[in-house]
Amino acid sequence: MSVIPLEHILILASILFVIGFVGVIVRKNTLYILMSLEVMLNAVGVAFIGAGSVWQQADGQVMFILILTLAAAEVAVGLALLLQMQTRFKSLDIDLLSKLKG
Amino acid sequence: MNVLSPLQWMFYLAALLAIVASLKVITGKNSVHSLLYLVVSLLAVAVCFYLMGAPFAAGLEVIVYAGAILVLFVFAIMMFGLGKDETLNAPKITSFRVWIGPSVIAVLLLAQLVYVIDSPDIQDKLTSNVINAKQVGALLYGPYLLAVEIASFLLLAGLIAGYHFAKPTGYHDNNHSGGW
Repeated sequence: MSVIPLEHILILASILFVIGFVGVIVRKNTLYILMSLEVMLNAVGVAFIGAGSVWQQADGQVMFILILTLAAAEVAVGLALLLQMQTRFKSLDIDLLSKLKG
Repeated sequence: MNVLSPLQWMFYLAALLAIVASLKVITGKNSVHSLLYLVVSLLAVAVCFYLMGAPFAAGLEVIVYAGAILVLFVFAIMMFGLGKDETLNAPKITSFRVWIGPSVIAVLLLAQLVYVIDSPDIQDKLTSNVINAKQVGALLYGPYLLAVEIASFLLLAGLIAGYHFAKPTGYHDNNHSGGW
């Protein structure tokens, strides 16, 4: 049994998740949206690690490693798209992407 | 109401630092400063992982998240060429207070980590419920082997997509395969 109660770990995870979510909704700079996504993924990792440590199972850390992989792939694709956006629109404003062709 | 143990105090302090740093990330004006706070936030979460009895995950958080993914962010920011319009708004002299916030949080986290490692009371409590890397590895290459393979496909897809999208535009204008 872990020393830190599961409720407090989940509260921390949800606070971090909400901070990241507010960042995704509020910010208009696409780079900040990517950073807020990182905060959100990290919060999910906190929840997994906390649950794994409370129940003494290693599955939580396995899930954390998979989330880490997902975050790495997501950031690589996202930043490459941002480079395209910067060369095309000379700006990172997300509202410029509202007009999609096709 | 029972009194909090030193281990719990350390956890709540690290959690508070993570929340403060995350708030500074989403409210920042300069992207490099926000990135600095994001690094500090991830380090604080790594301390939380260590205190939850997951030292392997804490190490991965520092090495992969703070070390590799955020360096990717820094490289991308350098390629955006934001330097021109961002230095217009920034103060001319890089003043002390630009980096004082992240460094104060980082020093607090370092003090926490030193205290946690040095205190035999906390170490006794931690070693009783630690999940080490051996258990994680045995699980990863046992029941979760298919998930690991899928994750490797995901990384390959990320690599190819990153290569394709980050190619400079007009690189192959003579054929019709440009675009997103």
